[in-house]
Amino acid sequence: MAAVSDDKPAAPPTTNLGTGARYGWWLGLIGHAIPWAIVVLFFYMAGGYLSLGTQVLIWILFALSLDLALGYAGIVTLGQAAFFGIGAYAAGLFAIHVSPDPILGHLAAIAVAALFGLITGAMILHTTGVTFLMLTLAIVSMLFEYANQARSLTGGDDGLQGMTVNPIFGVFEFNIFGETAYVYAAVVLFIWFLISWRIVHSPFGRSLDGIRQNTRRMRAIGTPVWWRLLAVYTLSAAMAGSAGALSAHATRFVGLSVLSLLTSGIVTVMLILGGTRRLYGAFVGAAVYYLVQDETARISPYFWELVVGLMLIATVLFLEGGLLDLGRVGQRLFWRLRRRTDGR
Amino acid sequence: MNAPVALSVRGLCKSFGALVVAQSIDVDLVPGARVGLIGPNGAGKTTFVNLLTGFLHPDAGTISLGGLSIEMMPPEKRVHHGLARTHQINTLLSEFCVRDNVAVAIAEREKFAWRMMRYRPQWRACLEEAQARLTEMGIGHIGDRIVRELPYGQQRLLEIAIALALKPRVLLLDEPAAGVPSAEAHHIHDVLVRLPSDIAILIIEHDMDVIFRFAREIIVLVQGRVLRRAAPAEIAVDPEVRAVYLGRTVI
Repeated sequence: MAAVSDDKPAAPPTTNLGTGARYGWWLGLIGHAIPWAIVVLFFYMAGGYLSLGTQVLIWILFALSLDLALGYAGIVTLGQAAFFGIGAYAAGLFAIHVSPDPILGHLAAIAVAALFGLITGAMILHTTGVTFLMLTLAIVSMLFEYANQARSLTGGDDGLQGMTVNPIFGVFEFNIFGETAYVYAAVVLFIWFLISWRIVHSPFGRSLDGIRQNTRRMRAIGTPVWWRLLAVYTLSAAMAGSAGALSAHATRFVGLSVLSLLTSGIVTVMLILGGTRRLYGAFVGAAVYYLVQDETARISPYFWELVVGLMLIATVLFLEGGLLDLGRVGQRLFWRLRRRTDGR
Repeated sequence: MNAPVALSVRGLCKSFGALVVAQSIDVDLVPGARVGLIGPNGAGKTTFVNLLTGFLHPDAGTISLGGLSIEMMPPEKRVHHGLARTHQINTLLSEFCVRDNVAVAIAEREKFAWRMMRYRPQWRACLEEAQARLTEMGIGHIGDRIVRELPYGQQRLLEIAIALALKPRVLLLDEPAAGVPSAEAHHIHDVLVRLPSDIAILIIEHDMDVIFRFAREIIVLVQGRVLRRAAPAEIAVDPEVRAVYLGRTVI
């Protein structure tokens, strides 16, 4: 999956309807085709790694939800795990107490997460910076402690067990090899990707980008900043909740860790590693993170954290746009070298 | 002279602790007004603009825009009612290209900036209008340039272009030529002279040449208080004004 990191983004972050034609439509198409081809090919070639692939897809979706809020709108949050966790618990509890139908459960989880995003967003989005960051931390910490204490509902730190999940559409059963789960996650990710793509290229997406760059400018042209942020925050919460529901359905288990601060931290690392504000950054970040974890954990179970940490530092220092910038940096280097050899 | 007042300010007061920055300011702007606001540093000129546009809240006083009371409105609402401003320090979307900076403002003006789908014809019209406005201001050739990479003077022009794109009834210009090298300043002056004649304009400016040529009336603000309001010719010879402000300038 590391091959994705060499892929050029379909469009650099500052392109728009006006100047987007720079790359040519076919190049854009290739940019889109590569990551999705990998998603499809992986299904046939994964062998025993398919469940790991499903996890990667889930985290891609989770990181994508953060990209909308953090990347595009500049909402610096560490509370994204709240929505992921709420989605997971909602899907789990729905399966146990209401109906084992995964589609219904998934929609319910999205609705609950979105509602939670709407309510908490309405309460805290008038703040910015460190204040906002602390409030998101507080919310996710309170949720974690609540889930920990409410053992009868959530199973506490034993996790939520005893879920039964019916076959999707009554046909595709969740089996031990995880084929259904993988396709399910891939389809859900694709739908959310299309929605995200649509949104970030719309006037609404432009206004979010404007708010991130200069809130005061946007207010001076008449943008209702708070409403726009609330809208994208709610949407981001819905997406994260969807990822949580996928996680619950794929493993038929919800652990307390879905609500932990570490979960928020990991998804942020993934997004920054891959690159913010390009949607495919989430793909690269989550894939690389899992790849590094899987490869280096064989050497030592603690070693991988060091490697990821070093990668993150290197990325932040040298690749402003995340690993997705590697392609562009490589290209520039190639041309410079070529020019130099031509000169001689 | 019975034209309806575009902007009417009554008894506007604001203090930061013991520091009084606006003391019962009364100002009227009729449509088409060209009023200069001058005063020494710290007189409260920018504060006054911030109070009018809603970035600061007055302690007392009323602001009415075309008869509508706006002093309780947030800045973005005031914009939709026809009050636009430029900033003393460039406040632009520095990662966007020049045309997009204007287009985003037009999208807000036309109230479709929240749309996530079915926006293409409108957005195209936006970009076209933005380009036309830039051309009109003589910066049409830099529509595709990223704002961050522009020379300061062109950024100042963009500030004005964005404010005009909002089709304001009242425009507040906060030192439009501040920091612009004198070689480029004439370009901004040309733009100022050609501003639509139906807009009421209040301009803050330190360059007395500009203000005496542009303004038909001048308000002198000292320590948050209106010291004088008169025609430029009278202001120039007013001994009190000269004492507090113009003394250092040769007129």
